[in-house]
Amino acid sequence: MLAKRIIPCLDVDGGRVVKGVNFVDIRDAGDPVEVAKRYDEQGADEVTFLDITASSDQRETMVDVVSRTADQVFIPLTVGGGIRKVSDMQRMLEAGADKISINTAAVQNPELVDEGFRFFGSQCIVVAIDARSHSQTKGEGPWEVFTHGGRTPTGIDAIEWAREIEQRGAGEILLTSMDCDGTKDGYDLPLTRAISEAVSIPVIASGGAGTLHHLYEALTEGKADAALVASIFHFGQHTVQEAHQYLQDRNVPVRDV
Amino acid sequence: MILIVDYGAGNLRSVVRGLEAVDGEPLLSSDPGKFAEADGVVFPGQGSFETAMEKLRELNLEEPLKEHLSSGRPFLGICLGLQLLFDSSEEAPNAEGVGAFAGPNRKFQPGKKIPHLGWNSVEWRQNSPFFEDIPSGSYFYFVHSYYPVPQNADLIAGVTDYEEEFCSAIASDNQAAVQFHPEKSQKAGLQLLSNFVKICKENR
Repeated sequence: MLAKRIIPCLDVDGGRVVKGVNFVDIRDAGDPVEVAKRYDEQGADEVTFLDITASSDQRETMVDVVSRTADQVFIPLTVGGGIRKVSDMQRMLEAGADKISINTAAVQNPELVDEGFRFFGSQCIVVAIDARSHSQTKGEGPWEVFTHGGRTPTGIDAIEWAREIEQRGAGEILLTSMDCDGTKDGYDLPLTRAISEAVSIPVIASGGAGTLHHLYEALTEGKADAALVASIFHFGQHTVQEAHQYLQDRNVPVRDV
Repeated sequence: MILIVDYGAGNLRSVVRGLEAVDGEPLLSSDPGKFAEADGVVFPGQGSFETAMEKLRELNLEEPLKEHLSSGRPFLGICLGLQLLFDSSEEAPNAEGVGAFAGPNRKFQPGKKIPHLGWNSVEWRQNSPFFEDIPSGSYFYFVHSYYPVPQNADLIAGVTDYEEEFCSAIASDNQAAVQFHPEKSQKAGLQLLSNFVKICKENR
């Protein structure tokens, strides 16, 4: 049976992991390559790097990080942040990324999704959607798409946008709830479920994980195919193994490492 | 030297890296002349069936590939590189595959997420040197919407369950092709690549 995926996500700024990672026995907890290797050893199903470098002249650093990671880590690697055009995608894929995540650039220029699909195939193209609820009632739609790291409203309905990018050739959706991100109160289950049911491509839930039970909820009630996880792994609260074990004990199919 | 057939289909660097990690000597090339020098051939691939076949013919790679297959020398097909070996695909009804093996490629039944993307287990149906030290039921990384249906069921070397059972590997002596990506399948995948490197060295 197809396994549900657990994907650690690292924010990278100028080639360094933001805030570092709290592993006791790691040589350099700020080096994304070292951290990715550690997650690989723990049995992570994939790794995602999100480049939050503000200045474009530091982007070359990310190419180097991706290349060094791909030399040592043999699981799928996704890279997002600052990808604006096909040539940006190509550079990252050539460096060793398996998938490219685009967000703001896809909203500004939806043709970019089609182009990415045509040049590289849908298996390379992840579209990230940052969504926020418009309802006063918690957990109800409609949800609006935001760009620029959740700062800019677009007036676009998240479910319609998800359907559109699927049509344009996206291979996966990385869905972040702006309402839940950073709360540690759990993923936005109604949003995740609504998007997952609206499309036939896989949906990765993101934003809000504070416990292993939250992962379980996203992958069952939320109908997500994968869960993106940051702080509960980075700060050593849990390992990827523990997450897999927790899910397996509750009959969620996970990879037997 | 292990030839990785470069016909512009997908992220081939990761196949190079995977083989290097297990002490293989990969050469990425689209030169048809390299088949003769190679100890083994890797035929990778991602993307569209029809475009891949067009590229293969444009680069005059189809004939040397067929010859290599019929010679029985070491061979490993990956993902689309498995599907292309068959006659046809529901993906492109008018396109003709390499046709080294009889049978079509079919699309997954609707009603579930397509592509079949992520880690799934493979049950071995053959004792192949490609699968040495990899337990049956091991997980590998998949990304695909189509799968081959070999007319000759004896070819089937591995099967996978995605709400329907499909052929995820074929093998015969020193040749195999797999639907999953060994280069992205961590330990189990690297072991398979390592087994292939060993097969290549033994058949030098």
